[in-house]
Amino acid sequence: MKFKPVEILTHIILILGVLLMVLPIWFSFATSTHDNVSIMTEGMKFFLGESFSQNYNEVLNEKGGWSEEVTAARMFVNSFIMALGIATLKVVISAMSAYALVYFRFKLAVPIFWLIFITLLVPLEVRIFPSYKIVSDLGLTNTYTGLILPLVASATATFFFRQFYKTIPDELLESAKLDGANSWRFFIDFLLPLSKTMLAAMFIFMFVYGYSQYLWPLIMTTDEKYWTVVMGMKIIFTENYEGVALPRTGERFAYIILSMLPPVLVVVILQRWFIKGLIQTEK
Amino acid sequence: MSFLELQNITKIYPNGTKAVNETSLNIDNGEFVVFVGPSGCGKSTLLRMIAGLEDITNGEISLDGNVINNIDPSERDVAMVFQNYALYPHMSVFNNMAYGLKNRGISKEEINNKVNDVAKLLEIDQLLTRKPSMLSGGQRQRVAMGRAIVRNPKIFLFDEPLSNLDAKLRNQMRLEIKRLQRQMGVTSIFVTHDQTEAMTLGDRIVVINNGVVEQVGTPKEIYSKPNTKFVAEFIGSPQMNLFNCKIENGIAHIADMRINLNNSANIDDASLGIRPDDILISDNGQHTCVANLVEYLGSDMIIYSKIGDQEFSCKLSSKINLNAGDTFKFDISNTLVHLFDNTNGSRV
Repeated sequence: MKFKPVEILTHIILILGVLLMVLPIWFSFATSTHDNVSIMTEGMKFFLGESFSQNYNEVLNEKGGWSEEVTAARMFVNSFIMALGIATLKVVISAMSAYALVYFRFKLAVPIFWLIFITLLVPLEVRIFPSYKIVSDLGLTNTYTGLILPLVASATATFFFRQFYKTIPDELLESAKLDGANSWRFFIDFLLPLSKTMLAAMFIFMFVYGYSQYLWPLIMTTDEKYWTVVMGMKIIFTENYEGVALPRTGERFAYIILSMLPPVLVVVILQRWFIKGLIQTEK
Repeated sequence: MSFLELQNITKIYPNGTKAVNETSLNIDNGEFVVFVGPSGCGKSTLLRMIAGLEDITNGEISLDGNVINNIDPSERDVAMVFQNYALYPHMSVFNNMAYGLKNRGISKEEINNKVNDVAKLLEIDQLLTRKPSMLSGGQRQRVAMGRAIVRNPKIFLFDEPLSNLDAKLRNQMRLEIKRLQRQMGVTSIFVTHDQTEAMTLGDRIVVINNGVVEQVGTPKEIYSKPNTKFVAEFIGSPQMNLFNCKIENGIAHIADMRINLNNSANIDDASLGIRPDDILISDNGQHTCVANLVEYLGSDMIIYSKIGDQEFSCKLSSKINLNAGDTFKFDISNTLVHLFDNTNGSRV
């Protein structure tokens, strides 16, 4: 088989791109399997070492934090609850609000849509103090509700659902009406199954968004029981840094590798669904 | 009292367009009625008002003795077949047909029986597990019909359901629709812009133009005695010839041609209509014309010619040997002509 020069060039570029993305992760993983002494003396590693189980075990089960009570495993659970809650509620709420905007003819539907859309200009970081004030007045600091609730509305997802619903032919709604479907049934029996792909895509985006939240959980939580993975990255395994002990670089890399797993899993699992939906064009 | 009664139905859209104007119509139980007219004439709007998909601006519709103006479409017990079928893309053929029954709270077993019976009737019982995207146009059409039939409604409404099919399939489905309707005896309303479909399907035809009913009658009545100039032009293929003429004492003047109408009419601005196949060509005909163009259709041919500056066509057996450029002689019998007053388009 012969390759054209252009093909060879494009493949070189693609391979370089892949290396650029994968190598740092590989370095981190390889380094996370070495003990701290060799990392300290020899720097980052390319080949696998022998401390894999020791490092990962320590990361997951060692009690850390100032209170010496919180484990990384606990933080993973927290992050997972927060990301799952945010993603699920965001998808449900935006699908429903888009349904209202597209299918119910009420006055001011268009201005309301634009009002929702404008909130894109005001991300959480901008309104963080008022948001904190409200959540703390409601007594929701150091709760999962407090972590999730201020982040469950999504203008982006509402916009995407709205655009999708607009492409669904009117006859489908009319036919469903004649078949005795009420508004609720039409949403459940038609719009949701038809937007499966969209739901999966939105869920992926929103899960990763929720998982990578840093500022909000940092402000929201004073109780270490509610710490999340991304916060922990800054804090965990640094407490011994000032003494004579070695920096615990191996464990920190192991922590980073573990912290990447949940979003990667969500993408990998849902992507199948996502692509299946894209291939079977049902409209 | 008729099964379906429309009384002075008017539809005005929010933007002020008057789609249907003061239309009244009575349809008997089991009748097959066709609404026919050019696109945008309001025939679909009228159908959608019966289905409950459009609000009624004015007037009253009653079905089986009950006024249904404010009854929800799902409660009216009507079934509709849409132009693009509107099959539910994410459901199998079985579920497409079963959906309406499920919403009525019918037991699973009964749904199974009903769907299977109807699927057999329409010869789609092999396709029940497929999704609509895996079906051909004709099969989709059948599923759409099946979905309507399985509910056993009071009325079937067809909104140009054959216009997406190719010519051969269209003829086949047309026959099938007619056969099914006869078999089940369910009142049906069929909307089309195709006059052939209207003529072949309907027990009665309703010709609509600009939101107004021009004529209601059996296909034969409408063809042989069109009430208005519009109906005369719209029904029949090839189109009826209409000559602008002046009538003095029962004699029509078309350019230098004279036709004795055997009456005593006096109309300044009239239209004299004659169907292309009613023009009698014979060697001893009174009038002479030159064939400008000859269209050969197999068993028939159509000759295009002119009287003065007015074009007309005649249809005759292609066994006659006549070529473009030849002259031919013909007669127009006064028993076969249709006369319309051009000032209001009505029949004289």
